[in-house]
Amino acid sequence: MERRVLEIRDMVCGYGGVTALRGISLDVKAGQLVALIGANGAGKSTTLRAISGLVPPRSGQMRFEGIDITGARPPRVLASGIAHCPEGRRVFPHMSVEENLDMGAYLRRGSGEIAADRDRIYAEFPRLAERRKQAAGTLSGGEQQMLAIGRALMSRPRLVMFDEPSLGLAPNIVERTFAIIRGIRDAGTTVLLVEQNAFAALEMCDHAYLLENGRIVLSGAGAELIENEHVRKAYLGG
Amino acid sequence: MRAVITILLVAALASVPLWLRDPYLLNALITTGIFVIGAMSLNLLLGFTGQLSLGHIAFFGIGAYVSALTSLGFDVGLPGDLRLVHAPWPPIAGFVLAILVAGLCGYFVGLLSFRVRGAYFVIVTISFAEVVRLVALNWVELTQGPLALTNIPSIALPLPGFGEMTLRTKMHNYYLVLVVALMAYLLIARLVHSHFGRAMRGLMENETLAVSVGIDVTRTLTIAAVISAAIAGAAGSLYAHYIRIIDPEVFAFINTVTMVIMVISGGKGSLAGPVVGGLIFGLLPVALRPVMAPEAQWIAYGGVLMAILFVLPRGIVPSLAQRFSRRRSNAPALAPVALTETGAKEPA
Repeated sequence: MERRVLEIRDMVCGYGGVTALRGISLDVKAGQLVALIGANGAGKSTTLRAISGLVPPRSGQMRFEGIDITGARPPRVLASGIAHCPEGRRVFPHMSVEENLDMGAYLRRGSGEIAADRDRIYAEFPRLAERRKQAAGTLSGGEQQMLAIGRALMSRPRLVMFDEPSLGLAPNIVERTFAIIRGIRDAGTTVLLVEQNAFAALEMCDHAYLLENGRIVLSGAGAELIENEHVRKAYLGG
Repeated sequence: MRAVITILLVAALASVPLWLRDPYLLNALITTGIFVIGAMSLNLLLGFTGQLSLGHIAFFGIGAYVSALTSLGFDVGLPGDLRLVHAPWPPIAGFVLAILVAGLCGYFVGLLSFRVRGAYFVIVTISFAEVVRLVALNWVELTQGPLALTNIPSIALPLPGFGEMTLRTKMHNYYLVLVVALMAYLLIARLVHSHFGRAMRGLMENETLAVSVGIDVTRTLTIAAVISAAIAGAAGSLYAHYIRIIDPEVFAFINTVTMVIMVISGGKGSLAGPVVGGLIFGLLPVALRPVMAPEAQWIAYGGVLMAILFVLPRGIVPSLAQRFSRRRSNAPALAPVALTETGAKEPA
């Protein structure tokens, strides 16, 4: 019954002379929260960047909802229903909260529907509604994260990819962010999560892949990986 | 309120030739106006996409040469015993061609450099301007080289039913420049506030994020470069038909620097910035002429620029706008405090 929305087969990817992904195959099933864990430089972010078209793959195949998206440019990937929340600076600092949300709907047409979606996000995050005219750069780190998530949802994605959503946030905000991401999954949107905090990621995900040196070395349900000897030693601190 | 001020400003600018009889001052205003158009076009790139074109005068000069050659005609030899002969066309056709050719050059420069951007764009534009200058200097058969293209005809406006109106006087040219400047201003204003304008701002503020929301960076920058170059080409055409003589010196680096100074001092990324900066640095030579030797004037410009950026670091228009909006947003915040104070005093 479980439909595979994203299928990646033998994807090889790199920057210049460096090969970052050495043949990755993974599946994301509809409605699941799938986590990619691994050390710095293992290829987690590159995987997301390859899916969204930022890094063209050298070989391999990617299909989203049955449609081939191998080598598609970022706007096409986004239009096909995949949103990417990149790591690092999360918002357009000089644009208002509202403009930031509208940027999320950049490829969409129909201002009425866009406004309705915006109101839905304001209902979800009342803090953003209070600050809708405020420049996004003046928000707190947590609020910026909410805004980034809201903006990603504005494209009406069927798959959202989060790259290190916990990076640089206070522990209670990280908690809140993870709760929101689980909420997105519970509402029916498929989530692909890249996270350094392996324990939190494994705890909340339905399925996880462990990347090492550009290869998937382990996969399974989150709970299984938490019990795995190698994962415990290398990523969970014993 | 804003609309009233705009109309008043435009009316004031339109009234200038009616009371200003000094041809020297009028001439200074016309050339300043032409450079303001150039500065506005540069601002579209520098202020709204963050890309610094340090060869922007190339598009201006190409516009000037294309327009001049179109209206003068030429007869040049090409490799293989071919000759390219062009009979003179009306200057207005030159104006249109100047816009198209300059825009096309903007497209190719953008295509070459926007895959890598940043410093590369700066270098490509500088080199481009230098290459074009050398062509203008050395392709003597076409451009007369350092002897300059002379006797460039004034622009003639076709008036349906009345024949033609040749814009020969300073007053004519003043209005011509004013109209083109207004059109360029409105075009840029519309562009900046459009869907496309949001893409430009987005990729200037955070490129990674801009890509993630579906903005095609190369395409957006290239379109901005085309429009910017086309407007600069229009300014160049106006220049050629007003001054009526052009030589390769039009491509001099200092002319690009002048435009950059106009944009930075007025405030990049603001619509009115290049107009304000352009008027200041366009008219400063007029103000300084009676009191300073030309060499000393250059030092004075530097001093004025530094003074402006010291007092108003983001440029005149954005810095002043920020001060005003801060004062305005303070006002409602202060008012309730005053009310509660008087309210507290009343019972006593």
